[in-house]
Amino acid sequence: MMKTEPLIQVRNLVQKIGAQEILRSLSLDVMDGETIVLLGKSGGGKSVFLRHLIGLMHPLSGSIIFEGHEITTLTERELEPVRKKIGMLFQDGALFDSMNVFDNVAFPLRESGERNPKIIRDKVAESLGMVNMTGHELKMPVNLSGGMRKRVALARAIISPPDVILYDEPTAGLDPIVSDSINKLIRHLQRELHVTSIVVTHDMVSCYHIADRVALLNEGRIYFLGNLQELRESTDPIIRDFVDGRSGETIY
Amino acid sequence: MAVVEFTVRLFVQFLAFLGQVAALAGETLLSIGAGRIRLRLVIQQIAEIGFRSQLVVIVTGGFTGAVFTAQAFFQFDVLNMETAVGPVVALSMFRELGPVLAGVMVAGRVGAAMTAEIGTMKVTQQIDALRALAVNPVDYLVVPRALAMFISMPFLVVECAGFGILASYYVGVEVLGIQGAYFFANTQKFSESSDIIMTLVKGFFFAGIVVFISCREGLEAKNGAVGVGRATTATVVNCSLAILIVNFFLTMALNIVFPAG
Repeated sequence: MMKTEPLIQVRNLVQKIGAQEILRSLSLDVMDGETIVLLGKSGGGKSVFLRHLIGLMHPLSGSIIFEGHEITTLTERELEPVRKKIGMLFQDGALFDSMNVFDNVAFPLRESGERNPKIIRDKVAESLGMVNMTGHELKMPVNLSGGMRKRVALARAIISPPDVILYDEPTAGLDPIVSDSINKLIRHLQRELHVTSIVVTHDMVSCYHIADRVALLNEGRIYFLGNLQELRESTDPIIRDFVDGRSGETIY
Repeated sequence: MAVVEFTVRLFVQFLAFLGQVAALAGETLLSIGAGRIRLRLVIQQIAEIGFRSQLVVIVTGGFTGAVFTAQAFFQFDVLNMETAVGPVVALSMFRELGPVLAGVMVAGRVGAAMTAEIGTMKVTQQIDALRALAVNPVDYLVVPRALAMFISMPFLVVECAGFGILASYYVGVEVLGIQGAYFFANTQKFSESSDIIMTLVKGFFFAGIVVFISCREGLEAKNGAVGVGRATTATVVNCSLAILIVNFFLTMALNIVFPAG
């Protein structure tokens, strides 16, 4: 079913922050249209890895090939077409705090040249509806809770759906019901719009709900890569501790 | 040895700083040249930078003109040269004090705000969000501020100098009793349109200094609230020093083009 050529090919990615080696020769293939869940302990480099995929960080060595083109060597301006195809949901939303919710969500539309107020209104309403945030259009980000900010940011990321969406902990800090609706939304985007997703999460419920494949990041490398069946049946202590939520000697 | 090392490092940092400011200026001018201008944001910034800075600049210029007039009068009065107060104040306001005072006040009011705003956006990942949405931060944040600054600053420096001269006339003639006709005639006789051109040229350069240093400090801010605070302080200090230093060289250069006296 899947195409043989991966949409994103990551090869031997190395990154250091200060003296600490965050990514040690990380390699991963992401297929077109799949949802990969990336697990790993906090501070383990998952967010750093996502930032490389959209060119916000440049690796010390290694390569990232997106749709057949190397992106690690591109300049800011050359990255713009790539970034139009890859959306990102930041961990704490990163909403523009000088704009209200409506203007935040409308931002990508207006920047892409859409001027018709009715189209903008309709699309913003639709997008906010998908994340259960209808009726909050005029609020400023500072007056929203963390979970609400995240949902507005998600609405902003999907208003003109990119080919790939990188989610940095989309369900962290949300109640189980809203989490479930976000999970369904990620599934919906994949089914209806063929969106490829890379989801960083600690939420195993979410992971079981959305993942086609699961990757576990450990010590700066992909330690495990497989489908949910393989994850459940794994007997590897590091994987088991993470999946079952135990703080064993093996991890700390 | 430690002193030498420290000095060298400081010098290298200074060169890097100049390089970054120049690179930002270059990128901004290229963006403007390529027409990546968001008119709505430019107008917003003109209101913020130009319109709302007027009071500060007018009060600064006015009171400087007033106090300068008083001191000049006390000295010139001994020599019976009190009608020379007018041209002395007018020339100083146009050639030096107007642009420098307006520049320093704008650095404090507008530059600090720019650094704080852009710096906060940087440390809260809003700049990254812009980049992730395929919007270049220089196009979106620096270009409108730079254009607004270059448009507003000439008005502000002229306002500063102009209100200084008005205050000088009021204090000189109404309060200290200089004869109005002589004050006016001498002022007109000794000041030329080149003085106004000089103030505009200086205003243009100071606009560039304030906007590019402020935006650079904001875009390079790190380490959260403390970092933004440091960047804002650095903006006010660096802009003010740069204005005073560049002003000296501009005076020397412009004096070749428009000789004084």
